[in-house]
Amino acid sequence: MFLKKLILGGLTALFFSSSLFAADCGPNGQSIRILASDFPAIHAIANSAESNCAGSASEFTRNHTTEARQIMNAAQTPDPAEYTSVIVANSTLVQLMNDGLVRPLNDLVEKYGGNLKSNQLITIDGKIMAIAFMANSQHMYYRTDILDKAGVDGMPATYDEIISAAEKIRSAGIMEHPLVMNLKVGWNVGEVFNTIYLAHGGEFFKQGSAEASINNAKGIAALETMKALVEYAHPDHLTQASDDTQGLWEAGQAAIGFMWGSRGGVILDNEGSSAEVTSNTVLSAAPTVTGGSIPGATLWWDGITIATNVSDSEAEATFAALVSGMTSEMVAANNDDAIWLIDGFKPGPAAAGVSATAQGGAKSYPMFAQMGLLHNALGAELVDFLKGAESAEQALSDVEAVYETAAKDAGYL
Amino acid sequence: MKHSTFLLFTLPSLSVMFLFIAIPIVSVFIQSLHIEHKQVIIVSENCDPFGCETTTSVDTEASAKLKEKAPLGKFNGFKTYSNRMHFAFDEIGEAWNSSDSFIVFVKKIYNYPLYRALSFTLTYTFVVTPFVLFLGFLVALGVNNLPKLLKGPTIFASLLPMIVTPLVGSLILFWMVDGDGVIGATLQKIFNDNSLSLKASPVLTWVMLMVYGIWHLMPFSFIVFYAGLQTVPHETIEAATIDGASKFQRTRHVVIPHLMPLAIFITLILLMDNFRVFEPIISFRAEAHATSISWLIWNHLRESAYPLYNAAGATSMITIFCVGILLLPVLIRTWRDFNEKNKG
Repeated sequence: MFLKKLILGGLTALFFSSSLFAADCGPNGQSIRILASDFPAIHAIANSAESNCAGSASEFTRNHTTEARQIMNAAQTPDPAEYTSVIVANSTLVQLMNDGLVRPLNDLVEKYGGNLKSNQLITIDGKIMAIAFMANSQHMYYRTDILDKAGVDGMPATYDEIISAAEKIRSAGIMEHPLVMNLKVGWNVGEVFNTIYLAHGGEFFKQGSAEASINNAKGIAALETMKALVEYAHPDHLTQASDDTQGLWEAGQAAIGFMWGSRGGVILDNEGSSAEVTSNTVLSAAPTVTGGSIPGATLWWDGITIATNVSDSEAEATFAALVSGMTSEMVAANNDDAIWLIDGFKPGPAAAGVSATAQGGAKSYPMFAQMGLLHNALGAELVDFLKGAESAEQALSDVEAVYETAAKDAGYL
Repeated sequence: MKHSTFLLFTLPSLSVMFLFIAIPIVSVFIQSLHIEHKQVIIVSENCDPFGCETTTSVDTEASAKLKEKAPLGKFNGFKTYSNRMHFAFDEIGEAWNSSDSFIVFVKKIYNYPLYRALSFTLTYTFVVTPFVLFLGFLVALGVNNLPKLLKGPTIFASLLPMIVTPLVGSLILFWMVDGDGVIGATLQKIFNDNSLSLKASPVLTWVMLMVYGIWHLMPFSFIVFYAGLQTVPHETIEAATIDGASKFQRTRHVVIPHLMPLAIFITLILLMDNFRVFEPIISFRAEAHATSISWLIWNHLRESAYPLYNAAGATSMITIFCVGILLLPVLIRTWRDFNEKNKG
């Protein structure tokens, strides 16, 4: 369905192409300052906005940094804020909203949002808080040639099948550590738990409260699955994040990967790897538990927001500029950089994994106000279990205790 | 010197110390006694490209009002110091009651972040400090005996580890010990074990961090000792030679006593520096196996969405307290020496 919607969207775009008129950049002579993360799709959006509207603005600056998440609240709190727009994802929108640092966009969407689709609008209690432009999620990467050589039939679809495929590859003597996952201590290792826990049907908080509820049978099952997978991961896995796992994959040192969809385009292009790797790499849906139906992944979107603490005319100019960048021409020129939610997107092989994962009914990354604290606690406390120094129950009760302490200090409990 | 002259003389530095050291410490202490106000949470309907869900969000207006009334936050007393993130008194009491042996108890304590960080920080401090002192002294002696022509270049080369920015130095080493790096791959060859990884083993990670620490700090003690060696009186050395003292005896009985005050100075600085070990943990990505007190402070403030100022403040106060305890023996000794000299 997801795929169909995207293709339909693309076709309609051909008829109602919005680029027939020159871009509307809103009020002239304003300052536009953007803070964003640093990957190709975001550059594409910002480039397009800059080339459309930098001429009519008094200033157009961009700060692309992978540390955006860590600096955004501090940068946006003063009045006037450091940036007129922050490009966010699910979790970072929550972190800005917790401090009231983004403004509702309903009136701006009415004025400039003619070419936006309704599923791009992120609404919270009816207020539009962000405009999404791309989707992302984790999913599986397979090397079909190695799976064939090890005698694995088809592509593994469940955690158990992945583990047995990894065992086959190991016992065939092809690779000692065929699996790569982003397990760097901190955010990454917490996120891997989140995906497996969601696949087991877990809930993070008690209904209607900020009390954590992960120390249960599903949590333990998720941890056991994680441990079984980690057995086949590179020995340095606790230090590896996206750049490292992508590197291992491109070097041909892995056969089964659980990585971000946004790496798909980079891995499949003809740079940084050999033809043997790229031609045999296939992207497919995130795994489910045996007999389950929810793919073990969190769905993400990336979108634009407008700062609260800037003048209305700066806000208007920034919004108009960024929205003017979301055209089907921009998508056509950067088709494989992302799973675009914008009209004109043609899903290629690099999009297959995310589409299949979303179609399979994976959950969005939870948008609870206190989720970040739980995520931090997971990232810090699960490591002892993965190292084998602690039982699953102990690790989960540690997570809950750490979360509780932090949540009390931060005023959520 | 008259007391009033002395006071006038030191007034500028005293007032700067008061402004930039004393006041910030007091403000950090006050901050550590407060926690955030209760967040006003509302249930909200949240729609994104993948569907709608009921979640929670913060009522920012109501929360801002609370904050305006008392900007420091809610008074919490010393509870931050006693909670699980710091001294964990309740948890430790429980661990004591529920453990049947001391080893089980220690293992349980190791589960709490402050004690875990302390164990690495103290081990690091007490291993790295003596090594740096001793090796620095040896290098200084060696360089001092070189012919003049070679001295300059050797001193420059020996200082390199300290000139290189810590973050860059440790990153270079981090890549070298990787399974595909020069050191990592060589070790795998030597021990014929393809899954041998310096980064995956807690013990090897600790060793790696300490070796890095020694490598990085040695130039400091070397250069101070080298400067000290230039002041060793020739007459005493000559007298000792005439009396038939061997080279070792001359070093042991003339040079070392002469350099003792310097050694104490270096020890003081090294203890303080090593107790605040931080950069190598970040660049070696060693958080899984080794955390330090400074790393804890950084970790409390790292997430700008939920900065735990109280926890960071409390950990900072604990750091100051611990450094004080560490330096006490050295300071007492210096004080005693000073008094004895004045008497004599």
